[in-house]
Amino acid sequence: MSYAVEVPRESGRYGPYGGRYVPETLMAPLEELEHAYEQARTDHLFQAELDMLLRDFAGRPTPLQFAPRLTDYLGGARIYLKREDLLHTGAHKINNCLGQGLLARRMGKNRVIAETGAGQHGVATATVAARLGLTATVYMGTEDMERQRLNVFRMRLLGAEVIAVEAGSRTLKDAINEAMRDWVTNVRTSHYLLGSVLGAHPYPMIVRDFQKIIGEEARKQIEQIERRLPNYLFACVGGGSNSIGLFHAFLEEPKVKMIGVEAGGRGGSLGEHAARLAARRGLTGSRPGVLQGTYTYVLQTADGQIATTHSVSAGLDYPAVGPEHAWLADQGRAEYTAVADGEAIEAARMLARTEGIIPALESAHAVAELIRRAPQMRKDEIVILNLSGRGDKDMETLSRYA
Amino acid sequence: MPEAATPPSTSRPSESSGRIGLRFRELAEAGELGLVAYLMAGDPSIEASEKIVIAAAQAGADLIELGVPFSDPVADGPTIQRASERALRSQTTLARVIELVGRLRARTDVPLVLFSYFNPILQMGLGSFARAAAAAGADGVLVTDLIPEEAAEYRAAIGARGLDTIFLAAPTSTDERLKKIAASTSGFLYLISRTGVTGVRDKLSEDLPALARRARQFTRLPLAVGFGISEPAHVSILGGIADAAVVGSALVAEIERAHTPAQAAAAVAERVAVLKRAAREGIGRKPAAGDD
Repeated sequence: MSYAVEVPRESGRYGPYGGRYVPETLMAPLEELEHAYEQARTDHLFQAELDMLLRDFAGRPTPLQFAPRLTDYLGGARIYLKREDLLHTGAHKINNCLGQGLLARRMGKNRVIAETGAGQHGVATATVAARLGLTATVYMGTEDMERQRLNVFRMRLLGAEVIAVEAGSRTLKDAINEAMRDWVTNVRTSHYLLGSVLGAHPYPMIVRDFQKIIGEEARKQIEQIERRLPNYLFACVGGGSNSIGLFHAFLEEPKVKMIGVEAGGRGGSLGEHAARLAARRGLTGSRPGVLQGTYTYVLQTADGQIATTHSVSAGLDYPAVGPEHAWLADQGRAEYTAVADGEAIEAARMLARTEGIIPALESAHAVAELIRRAPQMRKDEIVILNLSGRGDKDMETLSRYA
Repeated sequence: MPEAATPPSTSRPSESSGRIGLRFRELAEAGELGLVAYLMAGDPSIEASEKIVIAAAQAGADLIELGVPFSDPVADGPTIQRASERALRSQTTLARVIELVGRLRARTDVPLVLFSYFNPILQMGLGSFARAAAAAGADGVLVTDLIPEEAAEYRAAIGARGLDTIFLAAPTSTDERLKKIAASTSGFLYLISRTGVTGVRDKLSEDLPALARRARQFTRLPLAVGFGISEPAHVSILGGIADAAVVGSALVAEIERAHTPAQAAAAVAERVAVLKRAAREGIGRKPAAGDD
């Protein structure tokens, strides 16, 4: 099946999904951002500076590494890991932060606002702000501050202000609400450095474009190593930025199957998981709706109140999903599935012992789904798994399950 | 879906046939600034809201905006966020808010506008919502997170039932956007006085006079000003700038402080009466339509 890669249309739509559902006050900065981005993407100086920072500061390109012991252990396809976990700050988030940080500076905004769940986007924002001489304010739910304490220290050490959010389930969704309230108040001086392919147009497009380098590199690398395309791509899906970053370069290759892995949490009922697309066949209140600027699949009650979610992984603990994923799911271009908390923990342990890599709990969800499927794959098949982040931040959570 | 070309906005939209248009014509004839009271439906219960709304109308509120609670009110400050939480705790749904409109309509002629985030309306279905709201006796709908560009189907559905679709204009709205907003809105145009969320502020925004002037270029509809209006002094000087003042968080805070629904109704009524007096006698009072 082919996929229209020219999306989004001018209105910011991916099929029926996406768009702009924001208070009027935010329309001016959204249009300003769209305009600044249109100019920047064809500006050689902007691109050259971004390329330089991605290479020298962030550490790109990241390796595409064959995983020999995991491959042997599972006895199926040849497994390659895209090592985004080796980037500066420990996850793919910095790709987007560098791009948007440069855009903020270009727009003359010297303050950036961000939300963070696992803390990786917050740390990457704080890092880029320090590097570019911007001030940063990061909103984080108190539940996430507790489970990702080390990242709170890192952000503060880097000079960012971290503001605790007590509302709702005290996780990513509530942090985004507060970040939006700050932005709507300080709209003339501040850029909202949104961390995933969420929110109103043009954010899902901009964040995807800054992340698609993951798939572009991986494609070149696998073609060099194996002289052919992979059969499968695996990535975890919270908002969906690392997965869309990997998938995008392969969307027009119908033989490449894409599997996005969501958080199955601790059960199937509403509030116990964050499986928006895997559960969209009516199981658990996942229906198209509007949350935080975009029309997409949202976990919600019958009368349109947004549900709380649960995942052991803070970065996947969110009730909506990027609108482009919603469109890929409807078309059947990518497949979405969910992995439970315990399975992700086990997968983290297995990757640590077979390959000497401790993955972030988010990425461990993708590893778990791979462990489930790889034994059924043929030995001549090839898998690329996006190892989107490293597990240093999760040591406390992992130690509780030891 | 993107809107087709926007029609010119200088037609005669103020000839709105509904209660909203009628009330603004009465206010214009009296040379009086209107007072719009925002109250969260279901805060602290639907029954209490019925008492409080009636009290506000009797105390002189010219129009009531009934807030529909939402789990993620990104445009609201802490006071209305808490009211939303209280309303959700008392099991308030959009369907129950519409029932409340029906009960209110049996008791009062005050214009009632449903003030909501988009998702609850979308989940009810645009057509079902419009039908039920109109049947209950609502007069207009205002959706905080819906801009004209995304509102084609919504406007068609709401308009088909004779309800006004009220849109918001912000200090950051360009002239081009103001034109689009003015062309989409009916009943009145809601001016957001400042960048930011809802909530009580000490003084009026300096952005406001310029916004009102710019908005006037594009519409003859009444202009209501909200966000940050709480004091009689704010209301007093608005007469020269706008046609109505919207007071929300200051009233909601009275409900939060009260111990019983009766106390809440009395406190809201007192506050509304003081503000309405400022609206009638304010220094910015406009000449009545018949004065010259």
